[in-house]
Amino acid sequence: MSILVDSNTKVICQGFTGKQGSFHSQQALEYGTCLVGGVTPGRGGMTHLERPVFDTVVEAVAETGAQATMIYVPADFAADAILEAADAGLRVIVCITEGIPVLDMLRVKAALVNVDTHLIGPNCPGIITPGACKLGIMPGAIHSQGRIGIISRSGTLTYEAVYQTSQNGLGQSTCIGIGGDPIQGMNFVDCLTLFENDPQTEGIVLVGEIGGTAEELAATYIQSHVSKPVVAYIAGVTAPPGKRMGHAGAIVSGGQGTADQKFQALAVAGVSIARSPAEMGTKMKALL
Amino acid sequence: MPTLAGWGQNLLVTCVAKIPKEAYCLRSLSMNLHEYQAKALFKQAGIPVPPGVVVRKLGDLREVYARLSDNAWAVKAQVHAGGRGKGGGVRIVRTRSELAAAASALLGSQLVTPQTDADGLPVGALLVEALTDIQNEYYLSLLVDRAHERITVMASSAGGMNIETVAAETPELILTTVIHPASGLLPYQGRRLGFALGLNKDQIGQFGALLAKLYTLFVRHDASLVEVNPLVLTKGGELLALDAKINLDDNALYRHPELVDLRDPSQENEREARAKQLDLNYIKLIGSIGCMVNGAGLAMATMDLIKLHGGLPANFLDVGGNATVHRVTQAFKLLLSDASVEAVLVNIFGGIVRCDLIAEGIIEAVRDVHVRVPVVVRLAGTNEQRGREMLAASGFNIIAAEGLSDAADKAVKAVA
Repeated sequence: MSILVDSNTKVICQGFTGKQGSFHSQQALEYGTCLVGGVTPGRGGMTHLERPVFDTVVEAVAETGAQATMIYVPADFAADAILEAADAGLRVIVCITEGIPVLDMLRVKAALVNVDTHLIGPNCPGIITPGACKLGIMPGAIHSQGRIGIISRSGTLTYEAVYQTSQNGLGQSTCIGIGGDPIQGMNFVDCLTLFENDPQTEGIVLVGEIGGTAEELAATYIQSHVSKPVVAYIAGVTAPPGKRMGHAGAIVSGGQGTADQKFQALAVAGVSIARSPAEMGTKMKALL
Repeated sequence: MPTLAGWGQNLLVTCVAKIPKEAYCLRSLSMNLHEYQAKALFKQAGIPVPPGVVVRKLGDLREVYARLSDNAWAVKAQVHAGGRGKGGGVRIVRTRSELAAAASALLGSQLVTPQTDADGLPVGALLVEALTDIQNEYYLSLLVDRAHERITVMASSAGGMNIETVAAETPELILTTVIHPASGLLPYQGRRLGFALGLNKDQIGQFGALLAKLYTLFVRHDASLVEVNPLVLTKGGELLALDAKINLDDNALYRHPELVDLRDPSQENEREARAKQLDLNYIKLIGSIGCMVNGAGLAMATMDLIKLHGGLPANFLDVGGNATVHRVTQAFKLLLSDASVEAVLVNIFGGIVRCDLIAEGIIEAVRDVHVRVPVVVRLAGTNEQRGREMLAASGFNIIAAEGLSDAADKAVKAVA
């Protein structure tokens, strides 16, 4: 078991023949992902990476039975690509694209209300179930099959959590980078719910960041709904107030969303706190 | 102050619980416009603003005398920071000589306000406006509200004050209404806010029209914040935007080429502006350990780690996912142009790029840039052992670290 994707998940890539799409589709195939084709409007009928190319997502779904997509189209086409995937009935939509205007995402989220799909991202590393399925830009080699679910707002910090849980012999059930944008698809609570119900997952590492209130909401949820041990690290204790640290969401202003407030909320909820980013793996191991 | 009575109170009860506090965060997240630029966009959108003239040199005052009534003026320094009044950047003058004196004192000066650092920000332009007879002041803003994933309107009868202070001390004075993107702003939302603010029947129509124009402007320009503080009711019964603030979504600038030119690099830290041109993400901090990291989250984590080990980071620097020789070289140059950097900590998570290739890049950059301070390097990912060996054998002052904690420890010791 794992969450959202496994070795049977049929995956397509939107932006398949582009530079990013090609590179990461190749990587996904080498990892063993069941990539069944891709979409590039106007290139339908071609073959790319020995897989069929389609003009539209709905065609790709009809021909291949795809259930999930990874999106590598440029920012100005990304909102359209997400909604095209949702309209075609894809269950898991991973949007890697960075730099999507916030008002575009606001409309996308409003359009996805009551639509049965899981949107991951945008501006995220994607999702991986080690040894089975990789949708995203994460380096496959650092992962190992195992017991820990990882949820993170940051790219390279996700890899850090993966690396540490691998080094400690725990491995990962599934890892999800939910992205750093202010308006995003799945949040911590959505992912926690799935990990709580996944028998393979024995512990959860949550990697947060300053800005917003996602970690505080996660803390409240964990307190009442999560029985599995959780380790949390929040990046940005040293961030000066009001400065933007790379991610649109990572801002501390007016005393809201500081790392200390988030640590405190999580500690109250019974979460094991890693004050140092180097402790995520060892803290998790100690709890199991 | 208008009182909030009757069903307006109910509005408060339903809305105040959902004040999008974290939405303030978006203020500093995007491209800022000057007040005069924001007011030009307001005017274009049909939102009333006081008559004003932009003054960049003393000679421009002739324009003020020619175009504005000749009795009293407000002189407002144009900088990207709030609290201008407290910093002496907003002055009321009543004669031409007072105006000239204020203009020559402010133009070319550095304005320090409660929201700037000790150096302040350079004043390159002033906005000189005719004075307005004020009956009442209000607060009005539209912003991207992360919690609701909507554009939210905030309004308050506590105009002209710092809205964070109002939210903290008298949250009952803040009214909000959330806009659904499919319907857009609806007339009832304007009426509800207007009546709750205590506006009378005649002013409600004006308020609704003004709010609708602000919403259209917000969406048309891809703003992340549009703020009018204060919105004033004049003694003549007109609503007028006395101040104007617009922040634009950086990510949407590609579809607004006409707005890109409004960026004022003089208001940004020089090194930060240079970093932006190089597509590097850099923020100056106060410590002595220069940091170079790939990924924003890991970069913040590295700074936290330095602090945990007793040091202070000199900067935040995210070289991005693609740590090529060229980018690492550029990043070193940028880092070392800061004289307070006594050691550099490089923390790269290899990802898809192999660590031996990254090590090669770092060695090349250290050689090309003539780095003289110690450089501590932590590499993780594929071929990390080989990368470490290459760094150790390079003959340069490069200290290869094993793991995160070791790297922070070695960097802190290097500056001790």
